[in-house]
Amino acid sequence: MILFSQIKDILSDRRRETTESLAREAQALTEQYFGRTISLYAPIYISNYCSSWCTYCGFHSHNRIQRFKLTAEEMRREMSFLAGEGIENALILTGESYNLTPPSYLKEAVGIAREFFPSVSLEVHPMTTAEYRDLFEEGVDGITVYQETYDRKRYAQVHLTGTKADYDFRYGTPERAAQGGVRSIAMGILLGLSEVAQDLTALYAHLRSMEKRFPGVEYSVSFPRLKPIKGKDFASCPVDDVTFLKIICLTRLLFPRVGINLSTREGMRLRDNCLGLGVTRMSAGSNTSVGGYTLRSPEEQDPQFDVEDRRRVAEIVEKLKARNFDPVLTDWRRIPNGVTLP
Amino acid sequence: MSIMQTIQSAQPALENDPLRIADRQFTSRFLLGTGKFKNKKDLSAAIAASRTQIVTVALRRIDLERHEENILEYIPKDVTLLVNTSGARNAQEAVRLARLGRESGCGNWVKVEVINDSKYLLPDNAQTVKATEILAAEGFVVLPYMYPELYTARALEKAGAAAVMPLGSLIGSRQGLRTREFINILINEIDVPIIVDAGLGAPSQATEAMELGAAAVLVNTAIANAAHPATLAKAFALAVEAGRLAYMSSPAAASDSANASSPLTGFLYEQ
Amino acid sequence: MNITVNGRPRTIPGPASLKLLIEQICRDRRHVIAEVNGNVVRTPQWETRILQNGDTIELVQFVGGG
Repeated sequence: MILFSQIKDILSDRRRETTESLAREAQALTEQYFGRTISLYAPIYISNYCSSWCTYCGFHSHNRIQRFKLTAEEMRREMSFLAGEGIENALILTGESYNLTPPSYLKEAVGIAREFFPSVSLEVHPMTTAEYRDLFEEGVDGITVYQETYDRKRYAQVHLTGTKADYDFRYGTPERAAQGGVRSIAMGILLGLSEVAQDLTALYAHLRSMEKRFPGVEYSVSFPRLKPIKGKDFASCPVDDVTFLKIICLTRLLFPRVGINLSTREGMRLRDNCLGLGVTRMSAGSNTSVGGYTLRSPEEQDPQFDVEDRRRVAEIVEKLKARNFDPVLTDWRRIPNGVTLP
Repeated sequence: MSIMQTIQSAQPALENDPLRIADRQFTSRFLLGTGKFKNKKDLSAAIAASRTQIVTVALRRIDLERHEENILEYIPKDVTLLVNTSGARNAQEAVRLARLGRESGCGNWVKVEVINDSKYLLPDNAQTVKATEILAAEGFVVLPYMYPELYTARALEKAGAAAVMPLGSLIGSRQGLRTREFINILINEIDVPIIVDAGLGAPSQATEAMELGAAAVLVNTAIANAAHPATLAKAFALAVEAGRLAYMSSPAAASDSANASSPLTGFLYEQ
Repeated sequence: MNITVNGRPRTIPGPASLKLLIEQICRDRRHVIAEVNGNVVRTPQWETRILQNGDTIELVQFVGGG
């Protein structure tokens, strides 16, 4: 039994045996609770308008990039392409602009996405319980919202203006989403922003309190590492591969049933080696620019972060199968159960 | 090589997984004791129904006043006879019984059983080790019955035992795997086959032993006393197969053959 | 002469071979194992093993056992 108080020591223990034994235990637990399944999803960026100034983000409001949001027709083209690639679980992303991508716009996007994908999640600006309920009824299964860092001081340093500067409103987002009826919630920290053991411990505490209060929700966690944007590095507390892997394994040991997401921010080699050690969901065939799949050439794109694993969905599916993993494109479908929500 | 590559192995199948003891191979992992059967026909039917390939027999003075049917008439020739030294109270008597058994011309496989306690019928581990040393040196294939205890098991293995037969619980008690944790230690630490003997009263208990990684089980009383011995013998044989298949599908069995030198995290240090 | 067979005294006309004794007292001689004065006498030697007055003979066979 690992205690939260031991996390710091475990992460700072540089012995290879420590890492290996963590991996061994994490692998056994992952197989026990998830078998060899790996769920695949892909992001689809529909807007890069942003009213927040987050110093590490490629979309932030002071960054001089071309801003636009997809029209319904453009969304259909992008989504149709992704669905054609085999993706059935789409994560719709925007920048954080309540005014330019209001709930009504998101609702429209969700409605369109539901034409193409059995499962639709959102990673957008935080909203109210009523707005989440509305989106849930439109067909949203999952909400992704990262606190980025649980260190209030550091949080204030990197989130300079905009709604994201409100630490407490963001902290309450998973709870409001759960109250809105959302079935699956992804939480996370942005590795590199702040002292990692402290952030990780705080994330675990947040997750545990959510689990207790909303036991019906399916939780997953993500550990995006701060990535350079067009070559510029922003990490003040860089997390190396060994620590990254230990974080995944520790999370599995402490939360045997919680999903762990791994994005294409990470390279192919690390992603492939992390499989089975705790990771249960991966993005595949990702493009992190608005309209990046079909509408804009690579030269015209302003990505939120640079994708490392550029393999297409089919290639990743094949690779997973070759390694005895079971790639899962849809792990559930919404079936009307006749119950009307209040 | 990554762990993902090492854990891909052939689909386990019973056909490819014979029980190996000394120089023989057996497709059945169920051993039948032949004592206490109400009649020899029941015994014969139990052997046939369970497809056992190893049965134990004991040696007794011939009762000259009364004609007894020869038990060997009821045991097919291709079944390996394991001569039980039951009745021996010390190593010397066990050795004598084993030598007598060999003179019958029915082979040199012997189950060393030394019991000098009539209340619990627990085996005397120290005397068992002594008898095993002597008999193994004389070329016997020795399968000692023992109380599951690591040091004794090691001594038996060193003495040349072909398999080790720890008791699951007291003889005839039908209490199942009361010694589970200790048998588990023997399974992990001893290289010769571990055959769970004594105390198994239900097929589910045999499955439990096999799931744990026992190489085989031996059952006698439960079957001999059943209303339908042949039916229960078959149930035990199936239970043993079920348990073996479960064990074969477990990571524990896979790790037996896995390459121990492929750490999960080695890739982190390669460049 | 007087001998002991399986713990019981027995008087037989002497001299007699072990084989003769076994043929007379055992109805089924297959897989009978014989010991004279604590030493095993193998089947081929039964005929030449002539019993002496006072010999102790053990005749055993397989029975059911766990």
